[in-house]
Amino acid sequence: MSAVWLSVIVVGAATAAFKATGPVLLGRRELPSWLAGPVALLAPAVLAALVVTQSVDGDRELVADTRLVGLGAGAIALALRAPLLVVIVVAAAAAALVRLF
Amino acid sequence: MRARYLEGARAIAPVGVAAGAFGLSFGVLARTAGMGWVAPLVMSATTFAGSAQVAAASVLHDGGGAAAAIGAAVMLNARYAPIGISVASAFEGAVAKRLVQAQLIVDESWAIALKRREGPDVRVLLGAGALLFVCWNGGTALGVVLGDSIGDPERIGLDAAFPALFLALLVSQLRSRSTVGTAALGGAIALALIPFTPAGVPIVAGAAACLVGWRR
Repeated sequence: MSAVWLSVIVVGAATAAFKATGPVLLGRRELPSWLAGPVALLAPAVLAALVVTQSVDGDRELVADTRLVGLGAGAIALALRAPLLVVIVVAAAAAALVRLF
Repeated sequence: MRARYLEGARAIAPVGVAAGAFGLSFGVLARTAGMGWVAPLVMSATTFAGSAQVAAASVLHDGGGAAAAIGAAVMLNARYAPIGISVASAFEGAVAKRLVQAQLIVDESWAIALKRREGPDVRVLLGAGALLFVCWNGGTALGVVLGDSIGDPERIGLDAAFPALFLALLVSQLRSRSTVGTAALGGAIALALIPFTPAGVPIVAGAAACLVGWRR
């Protein structure tokens, strides 16, 4: 099998299994109490990690590029209580503008 | 009942546009990585996780081989195990139904479902996930067909749209001191690990910051 198809099949199967772990194995059962605390804090932890990796990750090094300008502009829009769409558009537009020059 | 699905789709619509453009750039990248045109389409429909697919395609593009491509993508998607667990109680019905529905869990649909003040709702997640699925796969198809005849999507600042999106979703989660502290810790862990670990590890390790909530 080619490297391409091997990657497509293995990554697809692994991802499907990751996504289904909770909904299939746990289902409607209540989370055990020792797990409930961490799970309630999972969203802020993952989202903060995503903000960081999506803005400064540069293939095993930290890079400060135009993504940070976009993120900063988005943060200002957010502080001004702009709706989600405006935040995203402002961030993209700011990065695109800086990239023009 | 249908209102909840629409609520999810409507809430995610602006992100759908970005996901379509991101899918397009994945399609273009996959073509230049020599993945042909069927494999990228199958991957977008089955894996349905942008960053992991881009990581795998980049490794293949640079001649890194299947093991490296699989390792990077699997590491990136490992976060979906805890993410799925956090919304598990919202899923109902037969095992096969839950298995299929769970495939619509992506960062954005999950965060939108959690963002509701009334608590997470699986129909909001599925409505949002379904719209993202259509945008992502449509974008991939367009990218595969058009190949590199279209320019670099980064020119329109697409790569800056996603961190801003996650920041907005994060802010909506910061309801207490413990959530703020956890977010700061998770972000700091990810930042510290980026130079030393393969892609994906900083996210999973950052997610572990939620363990401060152990037995409280």
